[in-house]
Amino acid sequence: MNPEGFLVLSAILFVIGLAGFLLRRNAIIAFMSIELMLNSTNLAFVGFARFHGNLEGELAAFFVMVVAAAEVVVGLAVIVAVYRARRSASVDDANLMKF
Amino acid sequence: MIPMIPLVTASSVAFWVCGPIAVLCALGLLLARKPVHAAISVAGVMIAIAVLYAAQDAPFLFVIQIVVYTGAILMMFLFVVMLVGVDSSDSVVETLKGHRIASTLVAIGLGILLISAVGQFTLGREPAGLAEANDAYGGNIQSLAALLFTKYVFLFEATAALLITAAVGAMLLAHGERLKKKVSQSEQLEDRVRSYAEDGVSPTPLPNSGVFARSNAISTPALLPDGSVAEKSVSRTLTMRGALVNVEELRSATNAAYAVLEARDAEIEGDDE
Repeated sequence: MNPEGFLVLSAILFVIGLAGFLLRRNAIIAFMSIELMLNSTNLAFVGFARFHGNLEGELAAFFVMVVAAAEVVVGLAVIVAVYRARRSASVDDANLMKF
Repeated sequence: MIPMIPLVTASSVAFWVCGPIAVLCALGLLLARKPVHAAISVAGVMIAIAVLYAAQDAPFLFVIQIVVYTGAILMMFLFVVMLVGVDSSDSVVETLKGHRIASTLVAIGLGILLISAVGQFTLGREPAGLAEANDAYGGNIQSLAALLFTKYVFLFEATAALLITAAVGAMLLAHGERLKKKVSQSEQLEDRVRSYAEDGVSPTPLPNSGVFARSNAISTPALLPDGSVAEKSVSRTLTMRGALVNVEELRSATNAAYAVLEARDAEIEGDDE
């Protein structure tokens, strides 16, 4: 399989993740969309690693996963804290700084 | 004659099977109304991507993807969905004018840009494959470990700091604030003695229920030294429900036994005289 196919798939998944992040108002679903975007870039990393015969792409994907895990932990804690304070998981309800 | 076998590798089969599954599940994330359904479809995407990793000579990332993403991260998402409420579905009210159209346009535009950029060039050769890089240290995991602990060791140390910070931050953020001040043991003691001095409330714990030869249930009242019932030894709820055991009934068996014994004693003593 040539790497262009993987790049196209990665681009499609990234775009769906972006659309989900921009369109969905539920904080949890928006957050899952971010995870989808991170995963699609990982797919491109692994595709390029195989294309170049170099393991550093796989290592980059590994580090992306580590950072994503840390980000998920903090992000979900923020969502729970916001839910506790405002009784809502919608990103539209946290609008204290709205101009 | 050599039969005509189309040039289909396992990698491309995996791609054409798992690619559409991943895209369909991702659309499920975009379109599902409830967060739980979205989480399940993200799990589908993660597993499809994991299979694609396996097809691209990345067995370590295949396992990590399943363990970390579907095993840990998605389950954590589901936990938060449970905490925050399953039915907290999306509002359909647009708070920013034209926001939905604008973001759809941005997404479609970026998609066209990325895909046409990929279509503009060809990489020109077949992928080099990871066989050589993997064999350098005797396998995919060994080669990744060699790279991770030599060239990128400081990055690896930095991720340790990052993970510790994230764990502490999550604990701080998710920790609920105490609504009332915690009463310390010495303050409890002072309160108890003060209420004894002012209102005459006994500072000791309440007496326990009565212990009889035939019953020591919590509905059995204890007796005071003068033989009367101690009101505090039975819960008020039980008293009001009428579940209180009649002490006379319990006492009558003992009294009857003692009466028989005393009569026998009197008889024996009478014989002696």
